[in-house]
Amino acid sequence: MTNDLIHATAAELAAKIHSGEVSSVEVTQAHLDRIAETDGKVHAFLHVDTEGALAQARRVDEAVKAGEQVSPLAGVPLALKDVMTTEGVPTTVGSKILEGWIPPYDATVTRKLKEAGVVILGKTNMDEFAMGSSTENSAYGPTHNPWDLDRIPGGSGGGSSASLAAFQAPLAIGTDTGGSIRQPGAVTGTVGVKPTYGGVSRYGLVAFSSSLDQAGPCARTVLDAALLHEVIAGYDHMDSTSINAPVPPVVAAAREGLSGDLSGLRIGVVTQFTGEGYQQGVLRSFEAAVSQLKELGAEIADVSCPSFDYALPAYYLIAPSECSSNLARFDAMRYGLRVGDDGTRSTEEVMSLTREAGFGPEVKRRIMIGTYALSSGYYDAYYGSAQKVRTLITQDFAKAFENFDVLISPTTPTTAFKIGERADDPMAMYKADLCTIPANLAGTPAMSVPSGLSDEDGMPVGLQIMAPALQDHRMYRVAAAYEAARGAFGGPSL
Amino acid sequence: MTALVELMDYDEVIEKYDPVLGLEVHVELHTNTKMFCGCANTFGGEPNTNTCPTCLGLPGALPVVNAKAIESAMRIGLALNCEIAEWCRFARKNYFYPDMPKNFQTSQYDEPIAFNGWLDVTLDDGEVIRVEIERAHMEEDTGKSLHVGGATGRIHGAEHSLLDYNRAGVPLIEIVTKMIPGTKERAPEVARAYVTALRDLLKALDVSDVRMDQGSLRCDANVSLSPKTTGALGTRTETKNVNSLRSVERAVRFEMTRQAAVLESGGEVTQETRHFDESSGSTSPGRKKETAEDYRYFPEPDLVPIAPSREWVEELRLTLPELPWERRARIQKDWNLTDEVLRDLVNANALDVIIATVEAGAKPDEARSWWVSYLAQQANSKGIEVTDLAITPTQVAKVIELVNAGTLTNKLAREVVNGVLEGEGSPEDVIEKRGLKVVSDDSALEKAVDEALAAHPDVAQKIRDGKVQAAGAIVGAVMKATKGQADAARVREIVLARCS
Repeated sequence: MTNDLIHATAAELAAKIHSGEVSSVEVTQAHLDRIAETDGKVHAFLHVDTEGALAQARRVDEAVKAGEQVSPLAGVPLALKDVMTTEGVPTTVGSKILEGWIPPYDATVTRKLKEAGVVILGKTNMDEFAMGSSTENSAYGPTHNPWDLDRIPGGSGGGSSASLAAFQAPLAIGTDTGGSIRQPGAVTGTVGVKPTYGGVSRYGLVAFSSSLDQAGPCARTVLDAALLHEVIAGYDHMDSTSINAPVPPVVAAAREGLSGDLSGLRIGVVTQFTGEGYQQGVLRSFEAAVSQLKELGAEIADVSCPSFDYALPAYYLIAPSECSSNLARFDAMRYGLRVGDDGTRSTEEVMSLTREAGFGPEVKRRIMIGTYALSSGYYDAYYGSAQKVRTLITQDFAKAFENFDVLISPTTPTTAFKIGERADDPMAMYKADLCTIPANLAGTPAMSVPSGLSDEDGMPVGLQIMAPALQDHRMYRVAAAYEAARGAFGGPSL
Repeated sequence: MTALVELMDYDEVIEKYDPVLGLEVHVELHTNTKMFCGCANTFGGEPNTNTCPTCLGLPGALPVVNAKAIESAMRIGLALNCEIAEWCRFARKNYFYPDMPKNFQTSQYDEPIAFNGWLDVTLDDGEVIRVEIERAHMEEDTGKSLHVGGATGRIHGAEHSLLDYNRAGVPLIEIVTKMIPGTKERAPEVARAYVTALRDLLKALDVSDVRMDQGSLRCDANVSLSPKTTGALGTRTETKNVNSLRSVERAVRFEMTRQAAVLESGGEVTQETRHFDESSGSTSPGRKKETAEDYRYFPEPDLVPIAPSREWVEELRLTLPELPWERRARIQKDWNLTDEVLRDLVNANALDVIIATVEAGAKPDEARSWWVSYLAQQANSKGIEVTDLAITPTQVAKVIELVNAGTLTNKLAREVVNGVLEGEGSPEDVIEKRGLKVVSDDSALEKAVDEALAAHPDVAQKIRDGKVQAAGAIVGAVMKATKGQADAARVREIVLARCS
């Protein structure tokens, strides 16, 4: 029974809970047991909220018993990335500087999940302040990939994706600034979606890079991701960059895709994302996916987006610049860590000592890069130029979408690497996000759907699907059709 | 404990140097809510009660622009004859300070909402000087630090500091002038007159409380001296903490004499922020910065650009009130006032209350007479402005109306006004409570007249003999007997009738 519950999809669990076949408490308890049993090995969670989860599950069960109409995902458990504020529940963003901070308010995403009756199991591990591609930068220790515990689960949202792959939760929330939802999805064999920028409110998402950060759904199936997408998306007056437009019909698109027909759909293969530096097993998996999409009726051709070659350097100027400003508020004055306040030191000294002790090396590196890039005399050359690249990338996307409905590429150049393998080589680490960054810079939606396992190392590979802004449903349709054609590819054994 | 500073005689300064002014005024808007969140925008209050995740800069919180603040900024820009930007943005000004919750201030930088304007400023002698406005931009206020311990109340030497974030995020408009050259010996006066004119303008626009004493209008005065021999521009200082109109004038004057003395002794003026001390009337250097400030401005990614439509701008232009100087010109013409009389009214800060009294029904002459004589005396004796007296223009108009109706004599009217000033309520309340009505009942007056005539038979005889002027003594006796509550003219009529 427990085994069935943890392996079921969110859609299946919701149907069972809402029909009264099982209770949300049973489902929740099964997942809490699974976390207790496996998280010593995986370390997906920073905080498990047993009481909060069971209380929410009981509320849903009562509502179901009372015959009330409940939301489509009511009673289904979810793992929440520790970057979203949760009233009364610790939120650390993977950093020592926020250790012990209990937010007094819920992020809009958190609030929407609660209102929809979703059961929040706890907060998942992440690279500190979402800066990283392996979750090794967490101040609380790395998360392990359930497919191979010696390997990274991707990052920054490695905890969320690993919890899905480990069957600790059927749903998770991630945030994606340069690939932090899609790349962990790819290397853990799960689905990860970065919606159109502004599609999901950023209120309560602890900012890394404001103009790039976007929260999105993570799941094991495309339909589950779509169901979660519709719960968290929508206009929010608390976020000025939130888009005041109807939520794209992603659930309908996912269901339509399951029919398996993509006749007439035009798919562009981005030629920039192949060749040197790409693992052969990843490329072979990608080629197989292209063939399957053709069999589904799609018309597939190459498309060149030359400015994508400059996406990585532009990203590593814009994101650190914004982060250098966003992270200035962590100064020991109002909340979080305070170091050295013994009555002999000045405010500036306490601020410096706290930031020295509270931030990890990668966060410091990016604050320094960003501070430099914004400084007087360098602004135009660095931040200014990066913004121009951003415009070019947006134009390349627009041009490509004149001829294609969606674009595809591998999600990552390689499968999950070994923990520690790239720890001393930031450039190698940064390249994990090579294919995912353009969509962040352009604000367009993109997702990763598993394309099976690499024939070299048996590790999962991801297929990236990109769509124009506010056309999120297009990629769901393609992903669902492909997922059905691809079939099962096994799972990790823990 | 200010170190002794060498100063040059003011006349000598003017002989040798041309002062160049620049004024930056920060105005707190009195919108209901703060610039970027829904917290109440109120002065005072228990520390840290008007706060929320956004204005405390909590992780994850985001700003949303207050539309009313944008509207106020545009109206200020229009009243200052500025162009209104078709597209502008907020930027982040990055620096660390404990009373700034995010350690960056959300402010406009190179894209202000209003720019290139001017304000005509009238000096005490009637001369008009046009001050050019560089820009008016929107930003948020910081919290307040209270430095405890130490002698000065400034951070230097303090034992600890308390932080109050109630003010954090209050909408501010910063209005910056272009350089104001050529004011010569009148530079201090021009500075004061500009801030005065700006204050009056903002008051008329009803966008701010404009209380310098409460910090809702704050002025930074930039001063530099240009030697007449070379004409080269001098190094400027920026003086802060100038908390009254008089202080603006004093601070500019002090800086001129100080800088001149520095230059005269062969020294160089240091480009720095200085702090004005109200009690000594002097300025002293602000805290020395170890490194040059680099604010690392960049466009605020949490906010979207502001692109006011031209229709909106024109709609707002129509909401501009009659501006203070336009109003003065109209009043001068309508009431036929000389330049001198008008200036006295303006300088006594009495014009607005007089206009309001007239609007409440009084005649201009009567209203003016009350405010510049009896009420001005009362204000003077209390050491306050006439506008701070505890009587409203409407109440003054009511008193005037009662005098004209014969219900009050002038003497009684002053007593009624005293009652109102002492907080006894409206003029009607005071009349009721103090029993101050004119006695207009003829039979009572006749009785009093008869008694007075009986008490002064010799006077009565003189009147009967045709010496009408002797009636005054009887009238006086009746007024005394009725404690002044009789209408003297009516008493006289009765006396004459009785003796005919």
